[in-house]
Amino acid sequence: MTRALPYPILTAALLLTWMLLTSFSPGQFILGGLIAVAASRAMAALQPSKPRLRQWQLIPRLAGIVALDILRSNIAVARIVLQRRGRKRKSGFVAIPLDLRDRTGLAVLACIVTSTPGTAWVEHAQDSNILLIHVLDLVDEQGWVTLIKSRYESLLMEIFE
Amino acid sequence: MTAIILLWCLTAAQAMLVAAMGCYTFRLIRGPRAQDRVLCLDAIYVSAMLLVLTVGIRAGSPIYFEAALIIAVLGFASSVALAKFLMRGEVIE
Amino acid sequence: MTYAGALPAWAALLTAFLVLVGAGLTLLGAIGTLRFGSFFERVHAPTLGTSWGTGAIVLASIVCFSALGSRPVANELLIGVFITLTTPVTLMLLARAALYRDRAERKPGVPARSILRPPRGRDQQGESGGGQ
Repeated sequence: MTRALPYPILTAALLLTWMLLTSFSPGQFILGGLIAVAASRAMAALQPSKPRLRQWQLIPRLAGIVALDILRSNIAVARIVLQRRGRKRKSGFVAIPLDLRDRTGLAVLACIVTSTPGTAWVEHAQDSNILLIHVLDLVDEQGWVTLIKSRYESLLMEIFE
Repeated sequence: MTAIILLWCLTAAQAMLVAAMGCYTFRLIRGPRAQDRVLCLDAIYVSAMLLVLTVGIRAGSPIYFEAALIIAVLGFASSVALAKFLMRGEVIE
Repeated sequence: MTYAGALPAWAALLTAFLVLVGAGLTLLGAIGTLRFGSFFERVHAPTLGTSWGTGAIVLASIVCFSALGSRPVANELLIGVFITLTTPVTLMLLARAALYRDRAERKPGVPARSILRPPRGRDQQGESGGGQ
């Protein structure tokens, strides 16, 4: 099983993408399946570190939390854009010491932080595991540290570690 | 009646997307630095992709979806190449 | 726009609303890039258009074509997934490039590299952890 299909999730995702792009018919299923298997074999030749999913049932919960948070910060940033120029607003960098070590988890965290309007991932030091983010509306620095750590990092650590 | 509302909303949305592309183009020309310009180029690609999607809704034909997907893919590749270039002065290390 | 009469009223209104929301968010993000003062503030503005701006227009397209063909159409979801996965990559690369360039030119207001060093007391632990 692992020999024939080294990355089952990747193969299934490629097959689904193929069938969404063409049509849901048996012929396309066979053609897409062949291409997906060949592509995942090619991926195995590159030998990336294999991500492990410990608790995949938490992923829908994470996706829901992230979608709602992005919606909320969309409204917040839209308000900042529309406010008068005279209002004082401070933006700045926040350094966050992380406990998450898994590379896939860090990549997901980077996507979450950057695609949320109002926060942007700037730099991450691998040796000290400290993350530098930029926050558009910086009021409480410690608040952002606890927000990222309690809201996303703990859930990601449960999923990936 | 609802068809007329949809038509006008689509027109308004397309006007807003074109205005957004105009804002990005202004920032693209004004700079002041290279990273601002690359950021705006990426945003223009995304706005153009959304514009093609609204054109597809207006025409009622799913063929525009593929054009939008190609714009998104090309925009991503070119922005990543430009960002890499800003970082090191080379695209492929 | 010959087909619009065939669209049920709820679908037409929902499509119109979602399209307006998406385009409005994209426009607000574009205005943000004009108004914000520094590059690191401007990085936040286009994410309005790439998160729920794209999401709303993709949803509108799905609603419209599903109601039109009276079967669920999901290929627009591919665009949504693709944009949510790729935009952070571009923005992250750009932010790191900007930081690198600003540090090389010694611009003020940019945090130094030393902010990422481990705090005192955890020095040894940090070095043995991943010091290659």
